[in-house]
Amino acid sequence: MEHGSYHDLSASTVELKDEDHTLANSLRFTLNQDPRVTLCGYSIPHPSEAKVNIRVQTTGDPAKEVLKDSCQDLMMICQHVRSTFDQAVADFKNNQSSESE
Amino acid sequence: MPKTPLWDLPELPKNELPLHLQLQKTRVFCNNDAPTHTENIHYSGAYAAMGVDNSLRLDEFRKNFKVKIIKLNEEDMEFDLIGIDASIANAFRRILISEVPTMAIEKVLVANSSSVVQDEVLAHRLGLIPIIVDPRLFDYMSENDIPNEKNSIVFKLHVKNKRGSGERRTVFSHDLQWLPFGSEYALPTENPSDPNSNTKPKTYTSYTFSQDTLPEFSSNPITVTPGIIISKLGPGQEIELEAHACKGLGKTHAKWSPVATAWYRMLPEVILLQDIEDEDAEELVKKCPVNVFDIEDMGKGRKWATVARPRACTLCRECIREPGWEEKVALRRVKDHFIFTIESTGALPPEVLFTEAVKILEDKCERLITEMS
Ligand code: SF4
Repeated sequence: MEHGSYHDLSASTVELKDEDHTLANSLRFTLNQDPRVTLCGYSIPHPSEAKVNIRVQTTGDPAKEVLKDSCQDLMMICQHVRSTFDQAVADFKNNQSSESE
Repeated sequence: MPKTPLWDLPELPKNELPLHLQLQKTRVFCNNDAPTHTENIHYSGAYAAMGVDNSLRLDEFRKNFKVKIIKLNEEDMEFDLIGIDASIANAFRRILISEVPTMAIEKVLVANSSSVVQDEVLAHRLGLIPIIVDPRLFDYMSENDIPNEKNSIVFKLHVKNKRGSGERRTVFSHDLQWLPFGSEYALPTENPSDPNSNTKPKTYTSYTFSQDTLPEFSSNPITVTPGIIISKLGPGQEIELEAHACKGLGKTHAKWSPVATAWYRMLPEVILLQDIEDEDAEELVKKCPVNVFDIEDMGKGRKWATVARPRACTLCRECIREPGWEEKVALRRVKDHFIFTIESTGALPPEVLFTEAVKILEDKCERLITEMS
């Protein structure tokens, strides 16, 4: 769900269901690192409701697109973390087996 | 004289922060009274006035990000994540604890229980026993699903302490027996005394085939962590029940959490601001309870202190507690270096848990992108 104005696409609040700090805080990080973003933040309106609101304000680009790009960035980070981690584990296991020989 | 902007002055290196700001950006200062500079500076334009770009460069992240495995076995692992922000490291930790699925006992059908442990307490204890099986082989069971071979695991527990045995019998988790064919209990709607029915009565599960015909389980039957005490039986007491496990998430109940715990700490950094010699050095070495400092011989009978094991530092701040010492020793934490520890409960090895957690965060992003398109 998205609350924004029709006249000004550069600011909007997006409500995410079934999400919490896990995604919202990581997105806040990637959003903040995007130079097009002037302000962003998130809030959880009530602790017993599983939803979070993310606010994005930009220098002019549609906030929705910027948020999507941030998701993309976060995904790329995750992919890189995963491949680096898998490589490190494989190397560690190789080393261990060669040491025990 | 023409005005030159500050950042065009030759002695200021471009795109680099002055040393003290760089330090404040990348370190937490652990002072005697309270830590300072604990926040992370995320905003891309935070240093715009100095001509320094603070935005995320994916290629830069790729270049700087490192993983170092320190320890790895079937149960736990320790590794360093270097060059990542706390928000993302914390997302991994949170997902590990509450969003990586496992199998756990959810329903207990008690046929007979005369032990002193109440049924609901017994059921709770059974739920917390880790089941050693790969949860990725199973589906979630929703409310109206009938338990089948793809979404449930059934265990049987039947232990009896003979009357007059004169001793207590301990019921262990390894007394649970896996039933690959599903439940043995007939539904109450079935009429067991019906003589002309030769079909098998309907049970609480409807398996179309036995789970042990699956290649994953044919050679390694599903077990639980052995040696966990479930209950104790006095002479004449008996427990007979069936436990049905299904797939779930740690945020529903901690029994589905795949980790005993997962945590991280930032890398401690201990810096000697001055040379600490002779008696002072001896004193410093004695102060530290985890032996961070060593004494090195400079020759000519003079000694000085060195920081030998900064990683062991617990930041107890004992070394800077006494007046005067804060000027000699600086305690800091590196903001983007995480010492991550994962203790698995046994269902999946810890390295697999971490990759699963990262995948889950990726899936979340993907879901959001498709929902917004
Ligand atoms: S803070 Fe505590 S553990 Fe760390 S170096 Fe000082 S005395 Fe040792």
